[in-house]
Parts: sequence; structure tokens; C-alpha cells
Amino acid sequence: MPGAVRRGARDRRRRKLRKGAELTILLGPGLVLFLGFVLAPIVVGAYYSLYNWDGLGPLTDFTGLHNYKIAFNDPAFVQAIEHTLILTGLALVIQGPLSLGIALLLNRKFRGRALMRLVVFAPYVLPPAVTAVMWSLILQPGGFVDQVMKSAGLGGLVQLWLANVHVVLYTNFAVLTWQYLGFGIVLLLAGLQGIPVELREAAAIDGATPWQVTWRVTLPLLAPTLRIWGFITVIGSLQVFDIIWLMTQGGPAGASDSMATYMYRTGFQNQAFSYGTAIAIIMFIFCFAFSLIYQRYALRRDTAGALTRAVA
Amino acid sequence: MRSSRALAVVALAVTTATAAAACSSGSSSSSPSTSTSASGSSSSASTTAKVTLTWWNNANTQPLLGVFNNLIKQFEAANPNITIQNVPLQNELFKTKITPALRGNSPPDIYQQWGSGQQATQVQSGKVADISSQVSPWISSLGTPATEWQTNGKWYGVPYDLHVVGFWYRKDLFAKAGITSPPTTIPQLVSDDAKLRAAGITPITVGSKDGWPDAFWWEYFAVRECSQSTITQAMSSVKLNAPCFTKASADLNAFVKTNPFETGFLGVPAQSVPNSSVGLLANGKAAMELQGDWDPAAGAGLTSDKNLNNQLGWFPFPAVPGGAGSPKAVLGGGDGYSCTTSAAEPACATFLQFLTSAAAQKQIVGAGAGLPANPAAASDLTVPAEQDASAANSAAPYIAEYFDIALPTTPGQNLDNAVAKWFASPEPTGSGIISSVSGPA
Repeated sequence: MPGAVRRGARDRRRRKLRKGAELTILLGPGLVLFLGFVLAPIVVGAYYSLYNWDGLGPLTDFTGLHNYKIAFNDPAFVQAIEHTLILTGLALVIQGPLSLGIALLLNRKFRGRALMRLVVFAPYVLPPAVTAVMWSLILQPGGFVDQVMKSAGLGGLVQLWLANVHVVLYTNFAVLTWQYLGFGIVLLLAGLQGIPVELREAAAIDGATPWQVTWRVTLPLLAPTLRIWGFITVIGSLQVFDIIWLMTQGGPAGASDSMATYMYRTGFQNQAFSYGTAIAIIMFIFCFAFSLIYQRYALRRDTAGALTRAVA
Repeated sequence: MRSSRALAVVALAVTTATAAAACSSGSSSSSPSTSTSASGSSSSASTTAKVTLTWWNNANTQPLLGVFNNLIKQFEAANPNITIQNVPLQNELFKTKITPALRGNSPPDIYQQWGSGQQATQVQSGKVADISSQVSPWISSLGTPATEWQTNGKWYGVPYDLHVVGFWYRKDLFAKAGITSPPTTIPQLVSDDAKLRAAGITPITVGSKDGWPDAFWWEYFAVRECSQSTITQAMSSVKLNAPCFTKASADLNAFVKTNPFETGFLGVPAQSVPNSSVGLLANGKAAMELQGDWDPAAGAGLTSDKNLNNQLGWFPFPAVPGGAGSPKAVLGGGDGYSCTTSAAEPACATFLQFLTSAAAQKQIVGAGAGLPANPAAASDLTVPAEQDASAANSAAPYIAEYFDIALPTTPGQNLDNAVAKWFASPEPTGSGIISSVSGPA
């Protein structure tokens, strides 16, 4: 019947229009904010980094890639990159297993589990500024940490935690771990909740030891969560700033500098704004390259289906 | 159906509330509200319309914080049409906040700066007001030191206090170590340090974490080794080529090797917390500190010792045997304020003039904040040791301004960073320091 066919076509068009309107209204504001506050500043920043500019006068001194050349020839910046990579590597190698172990322990039922979960997550809730100020007071020479170590008989291991240039980076790492371990634990706990108990019970019934259950059943099913945790941790470590800045300002003498603290010091304190912007662009390239590679190879199987088929 | 409708209403309400909160939280401390000012009447001392001026300064602790609040009240009582909004910021925070503020659209009306090369850099922003016409009637009464606040012959700021860097020492700890009079040469200082160590006292405290206290040490050795003309030439050409600068590094290296500083000095900040270098001095944990004359004021808020000002003595940086510089030359500078182009005139210049008046200067120096910019108030220094500092300042053959202020901002900061880095691993040549003024960007 001709009338029915015409009505059908009109309905399909209306549905399409409605879907288009839905997408525009729901995605529009987010997209505008993203373009305006994330993409535009990156483009503008890349433009500023091609000049020699102290932040106050007009942009007159075009120097091309000069700032980038200086950056990679500056031993302080190369050192900052090394420190950042060391912190990232340590975060993966130390915080990972630690979070996993504690999460597995907290997944069992025991008395006071809720309290333990609270205690373990509490540091993450503190603002990094509070953490940094608190720890820099505790770590003073002769301060709380030193007293506790002496009374535990570890007095020989006491260092100048914030003043010794060989130790200060690892002191910062310890405080970072204290702050962010809770995040990993909560994330992995959530992942563990998603593993059906029956699978572990079935494995146990089939004669698997607890270690084998963990290694062969729990961990593979936890892998997607671990991959997400790894992604967030690396991106966060590449950009680490607040705790390092507030505890040591990247010092003494750049011994605990990360890329971000180096950028802040040269860009804002030294007022070499275009140079600081160049550093920021370099950091962006690091993070962007890592994200692309990681999403292509590690996260691919997790996002398959969501990204590789058209949304119906 | 009903539950999803309720959910939609709740979602809408939450979104609206968040948006409203986000929009309203934008108004922070800097209010750009300066209503129409009488622009034509340059001769009248007060404006005819109501004016509010925001005032960014670094007096965020007592006693200077209280003094400034009192001064504001006195000024507002005398000038009912002008309201001053006090915005104190911690010193290190202040220095990094001011540049973006000058770059933005609503800079503070009045802000603190230290003159000379730093001021010249800021003038490039176009936001610093040329107040030559407003200040010329009275600025000459402040004398020569005030000329640091001229750039290209025009006045862009007015000082409210002057500073000189020297040794602050605790008389009680010197007595305990058996030191009868302060050292006058570096070798004497070294032997005094040994006496203090023998008595179990930390000889000298330095706030290396912040960088600039280290710079005082290196710069004073430079001022002792280099002649006045060498220093002036180096600052204006932004080059530290002269051999006396290398000698300064060698001298400082030899001094640091005598272990004069507190344990973990590389991680100790300069001010604001009890375990800072000035906090250690104020609490009797160290005997000496090489710092500016603001030290008593900075330390007073960090200790419960009400008798601190009487315990402190002052002596000038000792002479360096064989140095080409005068043993009486001093390193110093001052604090001043500038008006930005958004500030209502002549209200802003009127306030700056008020701060240099004898009455205001008396209260400022009474707080131990510094030496007066107005020479007429020199007798009002209440901290006894400040009188010594002031006398040394007046008797000095010349005042070398702190290098990081005398130089343009980027080379100046590079110099501070290089000296701080040197302190972490001292060596005799100081080549990193000398090349730093032509550092990144």
C-alpha cells in the first residue's frame, strides 16, 4: 500500500534527525569544552613555543625549533626526563604488585575488613598539598621518621631524606606511593568483584592450590583492570608535579626534578614562557605517543567491539 | 515512567547547581572594580568618586600584616573616597603569581616589586603605570636609593623600605661559645665557626631550598672580590666574565668546605615555617644567618621568644683578604610598589606617598620589616640591631643591588638556580654560575 511506504520513509528520516539532534545536544557542550580548553591551548602553545618570549611583551622574536634544541641540550632537562622515567618505572614495578597483593588480601572476608579498606584508601583522599607539607615535616633531620627508625634499631639507615641528592628522588617516590597506592587498591578491588566466585570455587574443587587459583584464574580475569591501572599510572607519573614541587621544588639542585617541575621553574619562575611552553609540548608528545601505542597494543582487546564496530 | 521523570528533574537540578557554583566561584581575591575616577584633576590630592584599589604585597605574617592593616585604616580615614583591599601573599607564591597577573586583563591595582632590572622586565607588559607626574613633587625627598625604581628615566614605582644583607647573630649563643666580638674578616669567621661547633652549636643556617639565600653568599664574595665598576659593568652587560667572579667561587668553595651550615641545609626553606633557616635562628638552634634586615620580622612569628629582638645582633659581611672590592660595600635593595594601568589615579600615587610619609614609615620600620625609604624616619628603628644595619647602609661607599634584581628576570633567576645547584656540589671554578646568566631562553 503506497501510503504505508511513504509513512515508513518519513518515520525513518524523523528517527535519524532525532538521533542527530540527541548526539549534538549531548556531545556538543563536552566537545566545545574539549576543543576550547584542551585542543586549542595545545595548538596555541605549540605556536608560542616557536618564539622567544618572556610572557610580558608582544610575540616578536621568532626562533623556530630553537627552544627544543636548548631543552634537549640542557643537562638539567635530560636529567628531569630520566627522573620522570625512573618514577614511572618504579610505579609500575613496585606500586603494581603492592596494590595487587593488598587488594587480594582485602578481597577475603575477615573481621575489620571495612575498616582496613578505609585506612588503606584514606591517604588518597588527602589533597597532595597536605600530604607534601605533612611528609616534609615528618622527614626533617631528627624528625619523626628518624626517631622511629632509631627506636626500631635502624638508626644506621637514616639519611638526609630531603637534602641528600642521591636519596631525594626515592623519598619523593615513597611519598607518592603512600598517596596513590589506595587508588590502585580500590581499582583492583572493583575488578576483583567482577570475577565470579564460582570460577575460583570450581578451580579449587578441581584441585588447584590457592596460588594456582590466583595465578591461573584470578589474574587473567583481572587483566583488563590491570591494564587500565597501568595506563592511568603511567600517564599520571609522566606528569607528576604537586608532591615533588611542594616537598623539594625539584631540588636540591634538580636532584628530584620531574619534567613538570622543570617546566614550572623555567616557565614561571624564570619567566621564560616560550621555553616552558616548549617543555610542555615535549611532555604532551611523550604522553600522547604512549597513549597511542598503549591503546593500539595493550588495550585493543578490551576496547574491541566498542571501537571496531559501528555503534548501532 | 514517573521514576525516570523524577530522575531527569534531579539531573537537571544538579547540573544547574554545579554550573551556578562554577560560574560564581570565579570571583577570587582580585577585584577589578575601579569605578570612574576623576582623570582630569591631577592637582587634587583626593578623587571625587569612590575608588577601590587592590593591594598585592608579601606581608602575610605578623607583625607586618597587622601594621599594614592599621596603615590601611589610617589612610582610609584620611581619604574617605578610597578603599584599599589588602591581598597578602606568601613571598615565593607572590613572585610566580605576578607575571600571569600582569599578562591578564585584570592585574592588581598596586603590587610589590623590587625595582631595577626586574621592574624593567615588568614594564614591558605595558600594564605598569608611569607615575612620574604624580610623584615628582615629593620623590626627591627619598634620596638616591629611590632611583632604583626608575626605568628609562621615568618613575614606575616607589620604594617603601630599603634593605641591606648582613649577618644576624644570637648574642646568647656567641657568649656561650666564648666569642667576645663579631668577626671582621673571613678567617676570623671560620675560627668563630669552629668555636661554635666545639660548643655544640650550629654556626650558620642557610635556607638553600629556596635558592636565593645561597645567592647572597656568592654575591657577597663577588662584591668583596670585585671592584664597584666591575659589578656595575657586569650587571648592565649581563656577563660575569671578570676573573674576580671566579675568585668569588673559589673563596666560597673554601668557606663551604669548613662545614659551617646546619645539617641538611639543602632541604631547609628560608622563611615561613619553624624549621626554616630564620626559624632555626629565632629558636636558638643556630648562631648566625646571612640575611636581609627583614630577618627579625620574619623570625618573630615563628618563635614564642618575646625577647628575640634583643637577642639578635648584626655585623657586616666580613672582609676578604686581598679582595678588590671595598670591605664596607653592602649588598641590598628595597621593596617598592607599582601602580598598574588599571589603578585609579591619583588615588594610587596618593597611597604610595602615604606609605613614605614619616608617620607610616615609623610604623613600618617599627615592625622590623626593613630600613626606611624615607631618611627622616631612620631614628625610628626599634630593633636595636637594625640601627647597626642602617648605619652600615648609610656609611657604605656603594650599595650593590641583589644580582637577581639588578639583572633582567630570566638571567637573574638562572643565576639563582645556578648558585643553588653549585651549593649542592661545590667546586672552585663556579663556571656553571658564570655561564648561567646566558642560560636557557
